[in-house]
Amino acid sequence: MTDRVAMGSQASGSQAGGRVRSFSRILRVTQPNRADVIALVLLIGIAALLVRGAEGVAEPLSRLRIEPVTLDPRYLPYYALRTVIRMFAALAASLVFTLVVATLAVRSRRAGQIIVPMLDILQSVPILGFLTFTVTFFMGLFPGQILGVELAAVFAIFTSQAWNMAFSFYQSLRSVPSDLDEVTRGFALSPMRRFLRLDLPFATPSLVWNAMMSMSGGWFFVVASEAITVGNTTVTLPGVGSWLALAIARKDFGAIGLAVVAMGIVILLYDQLVFRPVVAWADRFRFEQTASTERPRSWAYDLFRRTRLLPVLFAPVTALGQLLLTLDRGGAGPREHRVREPGIVLERLWQATILVAVLAALWLAGRYVFSTLRVSDAVAVFGLACITMLRVVVLIALASLVWVPIGVWIGLNPKWAERLQPVAQFLAAFPANVLFPFAVIAIVHWRLSPDIWLSPLMILGTQWYILFNVIAGASAIPTDLREAAGMFGVRGWQWWRQVALPGVFPYYVTGALTASGGSWNASIVAEAVSWGTQRVEAHGLGTFIAKATEAGDYPRVALGIAVMSMFVIAFNRLVWRPMYAFAERRLRLA
Amino acid sequence: MATASLRAPASRPLVQVEHVSHRYGRGDGGAPVLDDVSLTLHEDEVVGLLGRSGSGKSTLLRSIAGLIRPDEGSVRFAEVPDGPAHTISMVFQTFALFPWLTVLQNVELGLEAQRVPADERRTRALAAIDLIGLDGFENAYPKELSGGMRQRVGLARAIVVNPSLLLMDEPFSALDVLTAETLRTDLLDLWAEGRMPIKSILIVTHNIEEAVLMCDRILVFSSNPGRVAAEIVVDLPQPRDRLDPAFRALVDDIYARMTARAPAEPVRDGLFPGTGIQMVLPRVSTNALAGLIEEVDASPFDGRAAMADLADQLQLEIDELFPMAETLQLLRFAELRGADILLTPTARRYAQADVDARKAMFAQALLAHVPLAQHIRRILDERAGHVAPARRFRDELEDHMSEDYADETLRTVTHWGRYAEVFAYDEDADRFSLDDAV
Repeated sequence: MTDRVAMGSQASGSQAGGRVRSFSRILRVTQPNRADVIALVLLIGIAALLVRGAEGVAEPLSRLRIEPVTLDPRYLPYYALRTVIRMFAALAASLVFTLVVATLAVRSRRAGQIIVPMLDILQSVPILGFLTFTVTFFMGLFPGQILGVELAAVFAIFTSQAWNMAFSFYQSLRSVPSDLDEVTRGFALSPMRRFLRLDLPFATPSLVWNAMMSMSGGWFFVVASEAITVGNTTVTLPGVGSWLALAIARKDFGAIGLAVVAMGIVILLYDQLVFRPVVAWADRFRFEQTASTERPRSWAYDLFRRTRLLPVLFAPVTALGQLLLTLDRGGAGPREHRVREPGIVLERLWQATILVAVLAALWLAGRYVFSTLRVSDAVAVFGLACITMLRVVVLIALASLVWVPIGVWIGLNPKWAERLQPVAQFLAAFPANVLFPFAVIAIVHWRLSPDIWLSPLMILGTQWYILFNVIAGASAIPTDLREAAGMFGVRGWQWWRQVALPGVFPYYVTGALTASGGSWNASIVAEAVSWGTQRVEAHGLGTFIAKATEAGDYPRVALGIAVMSMFVIAFNRLVWRPMYAFAERRLRLA
Repeated sequence: MATASLRAPASRPLVQVEHVSHRYGRGDGGAPVLDDVSLTLHEDEVVGLLGRSGSGKSTLLRSIAGLIRPDEGSVRFAEVPDGPAHTISMVFQTFALFPWLTVLQNVELGLEAQRVPADERRTRALAAIDLIGLDGFENAYPKELSGGMRQRVGLARAIVVNPSLLLMDEPFSALDVLTAETLRTDLLDLWAEGRMPIKSILIVTHNIEEAVLMCDRILVFSSNPGRVAAEIVVDLPQPRDRLDPAFRALVDDIYARMTARAPAEPVRDGLFPGTGIQMVLPRVSTNALAGLIEEVDASPFDGRAAMADLADQLQLEIDELFPMAETLQLLRFAELRGADILLTPTARRYAQADVDARKAMFAQALLAHVPLAQHIRRILDERAGHVAPARRFRDELEDHMSEDYADETLRTVTHWGRYAEVFAYDEDADRFSLDDAV
């Protein structure tokens, strides 16, 4: 029974006899159990924190000057709270964006023609350059209010989270099983019902996974998004990011250490209280007909499942689902699958319109960029991109050499895999840029070459993707294959060549692809790092973009980002995709 | 008894399918799936669509369900003077249950779509669950159920909306033999007792016995393109007994009809569509062929077997048995005569031969009777390096057949050629060669 109750948020519209049953639920609430008490305390705590955090948003901008960010440890929890709320606000925005845009892309072929390639590009492109531009817009919406700046910060984080979520959702919707699709069409479910009954549940597991990845990615942008420069004034929002910026400017090691600890605690908390429960809950939507042996577990989820308060708490979500279904008076959906073919003339016209729009945009962008820059600048940027690409390639190779053997070893030892998998995921979520100052100190102290020694920072945060994907791959190698290899005495290099490496390769490609995309992004933050007044720079595209952003030199920012996008996309198409195809074709274990 | 007498049932027509044709893909370039199919379904009858894969029976079913709009022709339902329009529902081979909905929620799905009030929905769903023998499992999730139970959910979901026509797409083929039999019997009982609000049932199947067991009328489809090749009225009384001689005779008769071509065609290069190198080859393993030859050669059959007995003995569905038998015929290892399969003297020698001799005999048959194999071998012989890219042959095949068929045909000929050591194939380089054809 508790099981079904916990599904409240699934917008289940089928609670027949709802009145009677919900009434009896309320009656039962009068006798709360122990789990109820714990859950209640947790929830009240979270609610209080939310209110406290939200209060700060509704104040005038001048407040920030009266109460600037300080490195007082007493304020750190509050700063962390503000940052987390910002990130979850961005995540909520990303979710809404995902549901609307990806659905649109699937339902309307024409919208899809524009949306899909755009998402594909946006998800592999750094968007730091957006920041300075959008701040002006949001501050104009709420002049003199903190809210405007907050929205700008949230938007910046949003731009780092939304695209991969939307893209994965789109791909899920495209791969809905055909028999279920036929059932919904056979019963003539309305679009809304079909969405709630089929599309959304089917896409949920991968959406949850991508939301977690996005959250990790968002941390990277927190530092950049909380200290915002508009023209000559710098607005510093209370938050961990601002604290870090201040600590770096003041060379305060202790403060950095505290920030690291605070971030660790925050990530651990929301991982345990939000993501683990959601992952455990989303397991029910995994599309498989056999019960899985290993279900993701979460103490928080189990706790909430045991409570009797839950139905009441979930009532708003359930009510929303109910409301959507009740309001859904639209006629029965079309039975026919075949979309009405538009006339060939109309089709050509549409394609021509898109082409013209793209060309116009290219021309405008080109004119804008080259109004102040020359072709030689573009060539120089291209050279810088090659340097950064060299770094990415070398680092991915090095990280692979280190983490593939370790990952295989861990993956083949189930006990360790179970323990270390969450650790690797935690490390991936941890914003590596916090550790950059240490690199600066080391480089300055030993007079190292920044071109070489700053490079490892690019992969600091992203190498974990390789690790935990390889762990997953190694633990998925069938036992019979391993036993067969053992029986025939396959060991040493032969074992790696014929058993381990082919077994983990498909997983490795996924991890390496994510890591390489992340490293390109990270180069913007990692190639130019400062510590107080000391500044260490490596040659590369990342430095170029970072400097241009700082100087507010929009044409250069645009040029840099365009070149980086080209490189990332070319890299994906020419390297990762063929490897993916090869893995699919040859190495898939039935 | 097993005549194709077009005796019209006494009851009223329910659905009329008129001149339906359909092609895969768009425009005229696609492979034809259905070719000018007409049929009428009447009330109070169970009709079977029998044919092998590629005969378009599933496409026809989906056209009737309104899931596909056929390129040509129409599907018309009888007018209902007063009262709701006809509803149709469908039972799927894969069950098509929503894994995140409970049994009850799955069953309620269609009612929900019809905006039936919650209370009534619940009552009707529970009644259907009860009827189909699933009570106690209302709150279970599909993944907790066995295959048979899942299909019961599929059935309950289909009948709860009171359809006039129940469409079943190979409903029992994903189940094991015992479970399938139980489900068939239960369904027939419900039907006979009139406890389901259904006027007519249309079952797609490739299991001949299933069709004879359940249907009042069987429409036999020919493949590529799908056409109604024969209509057989089954007037054995229900419940039917598989061991009844009349039942056996009817099954044999259908086997004979499905293997035979029009008597006017003397040369029988197997029954695969296309001629010469354009012939579509089915995916049949040489091991299966050898096994079939040995089986027919051995004691109970002694070189001649009734297809129905063979299917029974080997637990093969016609989808599996027919391509094998026809491949043997193509290679002149066997001859299909009526509902029987006869081994040729070559095949009987093959059954006794050792591995190398078998390979030699197979190679000889392959080069003599499979034009595509001849073609590949000749090209390889002619070329200086004895190497040819597979792409070349694939393109050649795609001029005559759909991409999927071309792919499957080439794969089949590769498999046969490798076994016979007539040529070799390197997957990484995607090319044929004589190199390691050792």
